[in-house]
Amino acid sequence: MSPLEFILAGTLAAATPLMLAALGELVVERSGVLNLGVEGMMALGAAVAFIVAYQTGGHGLAFVAGAGAGMAAALVFAVPVLGFRANQVAAGLALGILAGGLSAMVGRPYESLTIRSLPKLDIPVLSDLPYVGGVLTQDIAVWATLAMAVAMAWVFRSTRLGWRIRAVGENPHAARAIGTPVLRLRLACIAFGGALAGMGGAYAATVYTPLWADGMIAGRGWIAVALVVFGTWRTGRVALGAILFGALSIGELVVQATGVRIPSQALAALPYVATIIVLAVISSNRMLTRRHSVASLGEPFDP
Amino acid sequence: MTPGATSGPASGQPEAGHPEPPRQGSQPEPGCDVPLLRLRGVSKSYGAVQANRGVDLTVMPGSIHAILGENGAGKSTLMKMIYGVEAPDAGQIEWNGAPVALTSPSEAGRLGIGMVFQHFSLFDTLTVLENVALVVPGSPRRLAARIATLGRDYGLQVDATEYVGALSVGERQRVEILRCLMQDPRLLILDEPTAVLPPQMVTRLFSTLRVLRDRGVSILFISHKLDEIRELCDAATVLRDGQVTGHADPRDTDTRSLTRMMIGRDLPPALPAEPGGAEGAVQLQLSQLDWTNPDPYAPDLRGIDLKLRGHEIVGIAGISGNGQSELCALISGETRLPTRAAGAIALRGQSVGAMGAAGRRALGLAYVPEERLGHGAVPEMTLWQNALLTAQSRGLTRRGMVDRRAALRFAQDCIAGFDVRTAGPEAEAGSLSGGNLQKFVVGREIMLAPSVLLVEQPTWGVDVAAAAEIRRRLIEMRNAGCAILVISEELDELFEICDRLHVLHDGRLSPSLVTARTTPEEVGEWMIGAGRPDAAPAGKGGGTGPARPGSSGTNADRPDTARPDSARPAPSHPDRSDPAAEGPGAGAASEGSDHAV
Ligand SMILES: Nc1ncnc2c1ncn2[C@@H]1O[C@H](COP(=O)(O)OP(=O)(O)OP(=O)(O)O)[C@@H](O)[C@H]1O
Ligand SMILES: [Mg+2]
Repeated sequence: MSPLEFILAGTLAAATPLMLAALGELVVERSGVLNLGVEGMMALGAAVAFIVAYQTGGHGLAFVAGAGAGMAAALVFAVPVLGFRANQVAAGLALGILAGGLSAMVGRPYESLTIRSLPKLDIPVLSDLPYVGGVLTQDIAVWATLAMAVAMAWVFRSTRLGWRIRAVGENPHAARAIGTPVLRLRLACIAFGGALAGMGGAYAATVYTPLWADGMIAGRGWIAVALVVFGTWRTGRVALGAILFGALSIGELVVQATGVRIPSQALAALPYVATIIVLAVISSNRMLTRRHSVASLGEPFDP
Repeated sequence: MTPGATSGPASGQPEAGHPEPPRQGSQPEPGCDVPLLRLRGVSKSYGAVQANRGVDLTVMPGSIHAILGENGAGKSTLMKMIYGVEAPDAGQIEWNGAPVALTSPSEAGRLGIGMVFQHFSLFDTLTVLENVALVVPGSPRRLAARIATLGRDYGLQVDATEYVGALSVGERQRVEILRCLMQDPRLLILDEPTAVLPPQMVTRLFSTLRVLRDRGVSILFISHKLDEIRELCDAATVLRDGQVTGHADPRDTDTRSLTRMMIGRDLPPALPAEPGGAEGAVQLQLSQLDWTNPDPYAPDLRGIDLKLRGHEIVGIAGISGNGQSELCALISGETRLPTRAAGAIALRGQSVGAMGAAGRRALGLAYVPEERLGHGAVPEMTLWQNALLTAQSRGLTRRGMVDRRAALRFAQDCIAGFDVRTAGPEAEAGSLSGGNLQKFVVGREIMLAPSVLLVEQPTWGVDVAAAAEIRRRLIEMRNAGCAILVISEELDELFEICDRLHVLHDGRLSPSLVTARTTPEEVGEWMIGAGRPDAAPAGKGGGTGPARPGSSGTNADRPDTARPDSARPAPSHPDRSDPAAEGPGAGAASEGSDHAV
């Protein structure tokens, strides 16, 4: 397999945990809430999903458990933030630390154990093509995630639910004035975002690298948050950013394996820097950016 | 219960501390005696401010009921309680004779109450269609069709695909009204719906409201324009300081008594707007200003020529959405021209087209934008902090640090000088009533003593007394030598204060019309594009909507349409254009300037 084929084949799988978490955070932020606890929710989802997969051997169940764990953690964040108008940044950071610690605790007995991954689905004929074949041979969760991104873009663009979430994110007071249940909608968005973060963790721990190790999320949650901001709250760009980051992080491995003499720290920084530069450049149209940014982001809502 | 009587002789009111209000006339509507809506002793306070106390209100089915009162009298607060946005501290609300708890706007919506907010509840990042769909059921395609047809029927044309953020205040007003009408409410609350509508649209809106009333819809109508109220409403309740101070039948009460009921005294006579006589130097000059709008649906500006001198007030009339916002952004510096075109705008002799807003302010420009909440003032900041935003160069900072005492003093002077009713300079801008915030924003800019003042909608939502005061201050400034450019949709106001008028239509500016020698009808024709010799053909939806570029065939420009106004035309040579092409609805501009004084 040539290095390029290797990168093409690995990109989508590497992008999937990020994409799930970033799409979840996108929904939360679009509703006007900033949840910085994504890293912790992913870690908790990963630990719980790994345990369930290890005990039952079922990936479906593991994903459900991971989503549940992420959602539960998100609800812990929602109570002070929505109920008591706590500072969202502080509450999110606290949630991240709490959930991260919890994941280490519940996962300790499973440290370094491994399980079976999800099978890659062969598509007749297409999977045998050079280059393209590798891209198209993915497991079911990858396809589901991509479908989710497409569906989410459609929801925000063309459905009342999406418009309502955007309205609440722009001006919760006006949204309430036209009869939108602001707090309930935000609660639903926070829970959904937590569930997706948990699933992102579940994918990382049961499919992408099917083993549990403390700290295995390794900053993906933070990247997800950054992707949402630099993708200017637009579904397509956020998903694209995740794929780009996936490609670069695989590429970095390939380059390191070929043994070129670039300091490994510089190589490791490359995906982060390059992703942010690309997203910043494609989002430089100020008028469009204003149209998609979330005016009330991070502000507590007092009905 | 007698038909139309208002809550009997204060029976069982929870709050009996205030005198029984005097009553002038009662509401008509024989035939149905259960009021649609009834408020008893409703009170509401915000901290130390008592916005409403013991308010009784009865609205009969099929009645158009006016709520009158000065700025800060508590009208909007009362309406918000009826719509469930705010909860009353005390009192009871009855709907069709049964007590109801209106805890949320969705509750009110279910009962059939619709509201047009003074500060709209629209979302900039959504399109008109999406904003409508948030509250009106139906498939988007069907809704778009309804927006188009109802817009035409009601004279409230809007482009359903446009983002609300790109619309002017007047266009937003149309969207907000249209959206409310599309919900088929049984009680329609209109909080200053006509404040930024041009006369033609007001006339159309009123006939729509009359049709709705005849179908049995009740309407609560708030306006500071007493003529409108006398024309439209069949009952009126007057509020002062949060209390009901009277009832009237506006059809047979003259504006003077209505004014007296509102403010407790007569209005001082308006300052005559006689031209100052002195001819000042040119302070602001636009020469062949062209600007291509990045938004393909908004008008481009083409060949704008304008000269503004000291000692004069020039008005720009026109239906909003015809390039007013773009023009203001270009003059204020919020939009900059490319350097090579910078000469198109000259401020006090300096070409400033490429200069930013701060630089132009440093040259002596002051600007009152039309959107007071969010553009003219930051709602979450206190008044003194808002004062700091534009007045920081006027000694409110010392060595780069905020001089809090000076800023407080400045804000306090503004509050006192412009009769802003508020708790003080520490109050948040967002807590002021609409008219009071307007007074503050206008006052802040006037206090900067600019040499050029650009004002959009100077008296939007300001009550009659305060509006007269703002106009007086503008005339005073002019007499002191300031050059003032007023952009407004209110023809009466422009005719009252301006020395010269231009009309903006579809991104083009009419030649200068000397106010004393033109008529509202003539201006009205220019407003719909009919004044121009190459006027757009008839059949543009009644001619009241803003023409979109491409929708009208106005490309063959005659040189005289963009003729620069050669200083002030001599009296013997009236600068009138020939209204050759009578457009549809041309004369509908305004029924004379029978003003509310
Ligand atoms: N959210 C708020 N917080 C504090 N005070 C408020 C708030 N809303 C209104 N007020 C105060 O309540 C009083 C009544 O305000 P309201 O907006 O009802 O006046 P209004 O009659 O609608 O005036 P206008 O004609 O200027 O719109 C004002 O003194 C205002 O400062
Ligand atoms: Mg008001």
